[in-house]
Amino acid sequence: MTNSKQRQKLILMAAVLVVLLAASMAVDAALPSYHIAIKVIKKATVYALVAVSMNLLNGFTGLFSLGQAGFMLLGAFSYGVLTIPVAKRPGVYQYFDGGAIQFSLPEIFSGFLGDTVGSTVGMLLALLVGGLLAALMAWLIGLPVLRLKSDYLAIATLGFAEILRAFFQWNALGPVTNGSNLLKNYPDFTHATSYIILAGLLVAVIVLLINSTYGRAFKAIRDDEVAAEAMGINLAKHKRMAFIISSFFAGVGGGMLAMYNGTIAAASFKSTMTYEILLIVVIGGIGSISGSVIASFLYIFSSEWLLRGLDSGKFLGINAPGLFKNGFRMAVFSVIIMVIVLFFRRGLMGDRELPDLLDRKPKRRKEAAGK
Amino acid sequence: MQAILPYLINGISVGGQYALIAIGYTLVYGILRLINFAHGDVFMVAGLVMVYATAAMPFYLALPLVLAVTVLLGFAIERAAYKPLRSAPRMSVMISAIGVSYLIQNLAFYITGGVPQPVVNPIPWISGNIMVLGASTKRVTLVTPILTILLVAGLVYLINHTKIGMAMRAAAKDFETAQLMGIKINAVISMTFVIGSFLAAVGAMLYFTNYPSVAITSGGMPGLKAFVAAVFGGIGSIPGAVVGAFIIGLCEEVIKGLGYTTFSDAFTFALLIVVLCVKPTGLFGEKVTDKV
Repeated sequence: MTNSKQRQKLILMAAVLVVLLAASMAVDAALPSYHIAIKVIKKATVYALVAVSMNLLNGFTGLFSLGQAGFMLLGAFSYGVLTIPVAKRPGVYQYFDGGAIQFSLPEIFSGFLGDTVGSTVGMLLALLVGGLLAALMAWLIGLPVLRLKSDYLAIATLGFAEILRAFFQWNALGPVTNGSNLLKNYPDFTHATSYIILAGLLVAVIVLLINSTYGRAFKAIRDDEVAAEAMGINLAKHKRMAFIISSFFAGVGGGMLAMYNGTIAAASFKSTMTYEILLIVVIGGIGSISGSVIASFLYIFSSEWLLRGLDSGKFLGINAPGLFKNGFRMAVFSVIIMVIVLFFRRGLMGDRELPDLLDRKPKRRKEAAGK
Repeated sequence: MQAILPYLINGISVGGQYALIAIGYTLVYGILRLINFAHGDVFMVAGLVMVYATAAMPFYLALPLVLAVTVLLGFAIERAAYKPLRSAPRMSVMISAIGVSYLIQNLAFYITGGVPQPVVNPIPWISGNIMVLGASTKRVTLVTPILTILLVAGLVYLINHTKIGMAMRAAAKDFETAQLMGIKINAVISMTFVIGSFLAAVGAMLYFTNYPSVAITSGGMPGLKAFVAAVFGGIGSIPGAVVGAFIIGLCEEVIKGLGYTTFSDAFTFALLIVVLCVKPTGLFGEKVTDKV
């Protein structure tokens, strides 16, 4: 690959990012924060981050893990627990005497950094704590689970996510987690741009990681474990690392999802959520970061906005309340997903990235490896 | 003892129902090496069909209809979603299975409108109350284990003493060689899905008579637990799946009896993880060695 080509790609990526950022700022300025466009951008950004984190594990390291919802749950709860304003705690924890934790990170930092900066720092810190907790949990879970292969790994991680969910619904932990009641009244970023910048930075970190020596080791493990080991890659270490890093980002993503939703309930972090994210990854192409991002935006945009009419009786001007009733949208959606899974197994992008589209002849992974 | 007895009886009954689902997992895994994530949803569909069918016609017509629809569904899933991917990597097939599960749940949501469908005494005699050792319970609690054991005995006979059973064993042992020996592999695989769905349908009929309603997510948990049972017993082994299911059913109900209902699900998965780490081949599984 020539240098000028690489420069072209960098310029293209930078241009795309600048346009996206400008567009989101324009949308933020033009529309009120409850507008559906803002909601779609926020949710899609969160899903993009989580999908990329799942892709890092499933697509780049070849570890088929289905524990994403569990790590997101950890992130979401840490965010909620650490940021609910102290004054509102008695209302939220009404069954648990106002809860056990009587501080709120945004308020602590507001104390000496001023309101805007302080609360932002507090919120970011809460997200970070969520990510770290998820990473810690991943390290613990990884000790036994990462020894398993393919489908056993999938089912064991799924099991761990379910166990976590049960724990968070346990009444004995109520003073912290509010049991099976909702956590709410915590702060949120009002602008979609804040979501995009935050998630964008995190995704950028993942991209850097994937292009580093560690990333190449991950890909080697995915392509052939035995060969990778023979080349001197420490399998256990790299698998553990991929698992922990992916979980960290899933945890932060979970915190952001909690922000977007406005309420947190352990019951919503079911395996269906993991499946949804996995299917987004598949639509985008397993092993493509830009694919995952594009797929999340497409998925959220169509499911939350474009195809809304399928659920509410009217679509494309056709009025058929009998056919277009509640649930039709998701039914159509899952049929599309099955078609992609069965007939377009490489998804939108395969394992290529957005800049690779500049190459006239897309290089397949095998040829690239043969070079 | 008197306090825990109803839970034990329930546990045996639930175990029987899990066993009927677990066989579907273990048969399919034995041959295709695929966790059929859609199996729990097939189970849920059987429950839904039962609710609709028993409301529309007498039960002696409705029950065969439930069996027929479920078997057809299982067959169709295999032909549409798994057969085209036979030579694809295992991960693709598993993703396809997850996709099918998602599809079935969403379709069921569309058809039911997202409202759990109430189960109103679908099979008359079976929901009657009886006394067992001084504890009151429904008849289905006693019928389940007996029916399970009869069906499993029938299945074991089928596998050990009939031609199709021999073909299934051969396919489970070595897929490609079985094909070379003239076994019609697609017919064998379809047969395993038919058997699995049939048993799941029977399990669903017994399971949902004990519950007030069938929701679209009702299949997920029993499905996963049955899978755990299959792993616990040694995946690919039918007696293993049955024993595993009974143990899990019993433990779960005892945990509920002790007052830790929140953790009855978590226990199952904890058991799974312990089994996978300590003895991945399960109670009755064969040892497999990895080939490079």
